Amino acid sequence: MKSGHDRQNGTRAPSPARRLRLTQEGIIVTITVVMFGAFAVFLPGFLSVGNLLTLLRSVSVLGILSVGMGVVVISRGIDLSMVATLAMGTAVAVVLAQPNPWFPQGLPFWQGALLGLLFVLIVTSATGLIIAYADLPAVFATLAMGYVIYGLGRSLFLSGEANYLPDDAGWVVYLGRGLFHGIPVSILCFIAVLVITEIILRKTAFGLFVYAMGDNPVAARSAGVPVRPITVVIYVFAGLVAYFAGLLTAGAVNNINTRIFNSTLIYDVLMVVVVGGIGLSGGKGSMKNVVLGTLLIGTLLNGMIIMNVSYIQQNLIKGVILLAAILADTIFNPRDEQTSQQGDI
Amino acid sequence: MKQMIKVIAAAALTIAAPLASGAQTGKMGINDPQRAAVYDALKGKKVVFVPVALGFDLSDGWYAGMKSQLEPLGISVDVRDPNWSADAGARAIASLIAEKPDVIVAHNPDVQTYAKLLRKAEKRGIHVVQINMKSAYATDAFIGADYVDIGRRAAQAVVERCGAGTSGKVAIVQGVVTAAASAYQLRGISDVLSKHPEIKIVSNQAADWDATKARAITETTLQQNPDLCGIIGFWDGMDVGTGAAVKQAGKADSVFVVTSGGGGKAGCDNLRQGVFDLDISYDVPGQARDLSNAIESILQSGFKPGAYKYTLYTPLQMLTRDNLEKYRTFGACWTVDDLKSR
Repeated sequence: MKSGHDRQNGTRAPSPARRLRLTQEGIIVTITVVMFGAFAVFLPGFLSVGNLLTLLRSVSVLGILSVGMGVVVISRGIDLSMVATLAMGTAVAVVLAQPNPWFPQGLPFWQGALLGLLFVLIVTSATGLIIAYADLPAVFATLAMGYVIYGLGRSLFLSGEANYLPDDAGWVVYLGRGLFHGIPVSILCFIAVLVITEIILRKTAFGLFVYAMGDNPVAARSAGVPVRPITVVIYVFAGLVAYFAGLLTAGAVNNINTRIFNSTLIYDVLMVVVVGGIGLSGGKGSMKNVVLGTLLIGTLLNGMIIMNVSYIQQNLIKGVILLAAILADTIFNPRDEQTSQQGDI
Repeated sequence: MKQMIKVIAAAALTIAAPLASGAQTGKMGINDPQRAAVYDALKGKKVVFVPVALGFDLSDGWYAGMKSQLEPLGISVDVRDPNWSADAGARAIASLIAEKPDVIVAHNPDVQTYAKLLRKAEKRGIHVVQINMKSAYATDAFIGADYVDIGRRAAQAVVERCGAGTSGKVAIVQGVVTAAASAYQLRGISDVLSKHPEIKIVSNQAADWDATKARAITETTLQQNPDLCGIIGFWDGMDVGTGAAVKQAGKADSVFVVTSGGGGKAGCDNLRQGVFDLDISYDVPGQARDLSNAIESILQSGFKPGAYKYTLYTPLQMLTRDNLEKYRTFGACWTVDDLKSR
């Protein structure tokens, strides 16, 4: 069995575009470099160290979520419930650390955080089990689970949307807005999640299975890959990554607002993954693509804010780029007739 | 002498006894002639509240305030929570038009979406009161902040702070661009700033009422303009992010952060911690009282829906760290639990 990297370079008949050495990855790198160069030349202050750190910091949560989504998409799944997990896991942790019906004194924050983790483990295992054993398409199962997670959290634990961090949550604040030798800790968190995930994907049996399932789930099962249990693990992994991103979000603005569930964040995450070049048909791509996608979106957003582009135009530009990326995806990663039947979205 | 005291005591008893028994049967004083009619007009009436969402300080505050004032009068207060979806809100109002409650209290996500529906509700004989965010269509009553005035006051505060000797650079962090709170406030700001060419707007971005977005925008703006003098944010619930970015950049002293909101506890805490410098409060406890009073007077008036239209702009409170204690006695720094138990 080949590793993901070999597969990406392709053993199939090369498509016309590949003959021109024009991979999607190449296009994204070119666009990012050109855009970055143009901003650096035309926008004074863009190239300052401070701004570049701001750029990275502002997309670190997006990047971390994209790591989780990336792994799910490589296995030919999709997880639309990640933002619900982010919001509710963190909100449960925060609420339990304050005076509440179960613990009138409020728990110490680290205990609240552990219970938040437990909540995330339970709901994401449920998601994984539904997809793996009930064979529901991931796109519908996770869409529905997003509402279930949000509704459960809101009705069981929360009285309001904005939940402020307690005073003893200093380490969360440090993750969200601390500095380590002048570098925002949240950027370092993003890098750590990236590196750990890349190692897991490259060096472990789990990683091999993820690529195998994405490439051809039927063949993977015939070859003895425990497809169902691995599916559960993948969704739990995505949930854990989302929970971590939630803690960073809460640390950054001192509260977690569950309204983030109603935002377009999940589509931004998908955009990073797809624009970065992890094909929605699975089995392709690596964490390198997540980095590419995140940098492209980060550069774009930062430049648009500096240029004071209006809100509506920003959305238009983002939409056009997502559309172009999906188009490029279908041209450069053509669907494989034999394997595109199952688990496809 | 003893004899006399006995006589007086006996006389006092004979006079007091019938009076005391009279008090027991309620025959003292005179009855308020309007009283019964007022309670009759209110009893059994049905009010339904359609906020943009429940779960944040403003809407929870209005809802709790209405319940605590109106329910003891026999008026039922229900809520339909569209959870930030303008579509779901429009559907809720459409189904209410069929249900026909006595009063709909509408909190508009933007100036257009509900306009036609509210007109239709009035035609069907339902009174409509709007709270804090206006529709383009005026109904029986509007209770809420005058956002143009808030914009003017915010801009005025920034002009005073960012005049000569400063960079004069100002950033604006809007909410949802189509909401009345954003659109009208922006007009107020431009009314003032157009007379002050020394003030330069270096960034004017929308953060969708979202603290995380507000933070990212402000961070970038501060990188680009390290000498920024002031920021006008459009809602304190969102500007937690704006203020956090300013604080992290170590510029809490040099950048003047103005925002506005309901004057709840979170806003006060943030003023105290220096996240905001000025929070223009539209006093939710006061609004809840105005709103409930408007409903009571409409129900007593007997007028047809839409026959008379009036607006009650909320008196604003300019909250700063130094005057919190004073305004606390006027209802600032409230919590939803306070309003529930009022």
